[in-house]
Amino acid sequence: MTAAIEVENLRCEFRVHTGLMSAEKRVVAVDDVTFSVPAGSVLGIVGESGCGKSTLARLILGLLKPTGGSVLVDGKRLFDLDRKARARLIQPVFQDPFASLNPRRRIKDIVALPLAAQGTFSRGEIERRVGGILERVGLSAAMGERMPAQLSGGQRQRAAIARALVLEPRIVICDEPTSALDVSVQAQILNLLADLRRDLGLTYLFISHNLAVVEHVASEVAVMYLGRFVERNETDALFRKPRHPYTQALLESVLTPEPGKGVPDIGLGDAMPDPSNIPPGCRFNPRCRIAVERCRHEAPKPMVRPPRGMVECHLA
Amino acid sequence: MSALLDVEELQVTFGRTAAVRGASFRVERGETHCLVGESGCGKSVTALAVMNLLARGGQRSAKKMSFAGTDLTSLSDREMARLRGNRMAMIFQEPMTSLNPAFTIGSQMAEVMTRHKGGSRAAALDRAAELMGRVGITAPGMRLGQFPHQLSGGLRQRVMIAMALMCDPELLIADEPTTALDVTVQAQILRLLAGLKRELGLSILLITHDLGIVARVADHVSVMYAGEVVERAPTADLFRAPQHPYTRGLLSCVPVPGRVQRDRPLGSIPGVVPAIGPGFAGCAFRSRCAHADETCTRAIPRHQAGDAHDYLCRLEPDWAELQPA
Ligand SMILES: Nc1ncnc2c1ncn2[C@@H]1O[C@H](COP(=O)(O)OP(=O)(O)O)[C@@H](O)[C@H]1O
Ligand SMILES: Nc1ncnc2c1ncn2[C@@H]1O[C@H](COP(=O)(O)OP(=O)(O)O)[C@@H](O)[C@H]1O
Ligand code: SF4
Ligand code: SF4
Ligand SMILES: [Mg+2]
Ligand SMILES: [Mg+2]
Repeated sequence: MTAAIEVENLRCEFRVHTGLMSAEKRVVAVDDVTFSVPAGSVLGIVGESGCGKSTLARLILGLLKPTGGSVLVDGKRLFDLDRKARARLIQPVFQDPFASLNPRRRIKDIVALPLAAQGTFSRGEIERRVGGILERVGLSAAMGERMPAQLSGGQRQRAAIARALVLEPRIVICDEPTSALDVSVQAQILNLLADLRRDLGLTYLFISHNLAVVEHVASEVAVMYLGRFVERNETDALFRKPRHPYTQALLESVLTPEPGKGVPDIGLGDAMPDPSNIPPGCRFNPRCRIAVERCRHEAPKPMVRPPRGMVECHLA
Repeated sequence: MSALLDVEELQVTFGRTAAVRGASFRVERGETHCLVGESGCGKSVTALAVMNLLARGGQRSAKKMSFAGTDLTSLSDREMARLRGNRMAMIFQEPMTSLNPAFTIGSQMAEVMTRHKGGSRAAALDRAAELMGRVGITAPGMRLGQFPHQLSGGLRQRVMIAMALMCDPELLIADEPTTALDVTVQAQILRLLAGLKRELGLSILLITHDLGIVARVADHVSVMYAGEVVERAPTADLFRAPQHPYTRGLLSCVPVPGRVQRDRPLGSIPGVVPAIGPGFAGCAFRSRCAHADETCTRAIPRHQAGDAHDYLCRLEPDWAELQPA
């Protein structure tokens, strides 16, 4: 089976100027990441804010040029494809549908735009497809006549999903698609995304800071820390037997609705990671509970772990 | 002993919008009380009404609103200002909205103390440093000289908590204090709040939309929907035997790690929160409720399901479920 997404030694640096006099800083947002996503599966990506999740998403979507390494989507390099072909292959769904929907257009025109941009669909065909996808995501024809501001947050996210799927792409990159929504609406959207994936055979890259959400939707999960995948495995294995101390801390910090359990002590300290100043050795060592001397000067290499995973830690 | 904060039938309107519609709840001394509900249900407005900090155009009225025996509705603006930041303090989701970017952390913390309690600036700075250590900030001396933008989000929220503690308040109102933070930092901040409650005997009114937080930190819970408190209960009872259809629906929507069943849909509540105009009568949840019938458009009774457990719904309590396990 060909991989839907194949990423090799991917790297992305930003140069930022911090002040008038200060020197340029180098922010390493994605630092030598390699993985592949089998067609029809869902790779979930978790990690704290600033660890590089959105940068990775933009690299895969071809919205950002990597500093090094390569991305293949359905076996092709996105930079070799024109915009139209790219749009038929891969589409994004972002966190804030309000920011990504043109406020001055009706919903049905927003959803029609990707079709119109192809230049190959007749008016009748466009109308038929837009009607079909709106219905599929649970928006009535009357909703299609409205402006984005006249919809609730959940309805706007449905519209964004309709726009992403109207060209019937193979791959959808979801970057925190439910993070701005209330739980009851989040559940509606997650159920919708799951149905669509099953019915249309889609592949998702699903980014979220909510581990429970990722556990619910993903077949495999990668844990990102300061630009790297520090652990990756099948979802059940990762949640049942987290090996990396950072994965363990992340899982412990999830507050499940179980009264009487109190709030766990995850012991990470108050030193926050800074991608412009990545520590030598293991990048997690300043916050690691079990770090040993070796961790401060030698970076751990990725090691294979069953059933289909990897971890980067000297002690895991 | 009477409750520290006792609110009965609070109403808040903004012009034709009824933001809070008869909310009642009590915060007992030394307890954490959670107000939980989805966005727009009136949590923040409720807290701001208690603090008398409503935005322009906001009108509040209440059958009763007392703090440590004092009737808050009878206080002048000056008397209220003397209570705020002193005996009751509030922290918000985004600390930057209440920190002044132009002043150092130290000078802002010291100012709170000298305004309410007098005393020297040096003494106030000493207390600030001590409290920063108490809230888990390493190297407080260095942090006092820094400006807000030089701190991470988690550190800023710790600073806000330390600042709120400057005058030894009896009540801390925290409005979504960890919503903007990573889960790892959230756990640390909530652990800190739980410790302060225990060690200082602080009472906390914690506003959140997150049922996981509620389960882990609350002693009592009030669930809000469309401006009303639809269910109140001790935390364990609420999670064990929720009675209001909205509470039940909300609980079914939360994916619980380790217990999720992939390929099975999550529970969800159909539809959206309705717009509530003037003259709205009956249950506001009826457009989304599987049990709704025509009686739900009339006045809704409040049923007692236990000592401190009641809810607003026409349905009778499920006594079998409510039996202690
Ligand atoms: N266009 C950019 N210019 C400079 N720095 C950036 C840019 N985009 C992202 N970064 C930085 O790269 C790091 C990773 O960011 P991001 O991928 O958005 O993280 P996440 O989505 O995990 O929160 C952060 O430190 C962020 O500040
Ligand atoms: N300053 C204001 N002017 C008008 N309406 C307001 C104002 N503040 C809040 N509201 C309305 O009051 C209701 C409750 O808001 P709020 O208490 O902020 O909800 P939440 O539960 O999310 O904190 C919402 O419908 C909101 O639109
Ligand atoms: S390599 Fe060392 S510092 Fe890094 S995660 Fe493992 S034990 Fe901790
Ligand atoms: S009063 Fe009626 S509509 Fe409201 S929650 Fe109860 S059964 Fe449902
Ligand atoms: Mg992001
Ligand atoms: Mg609020």
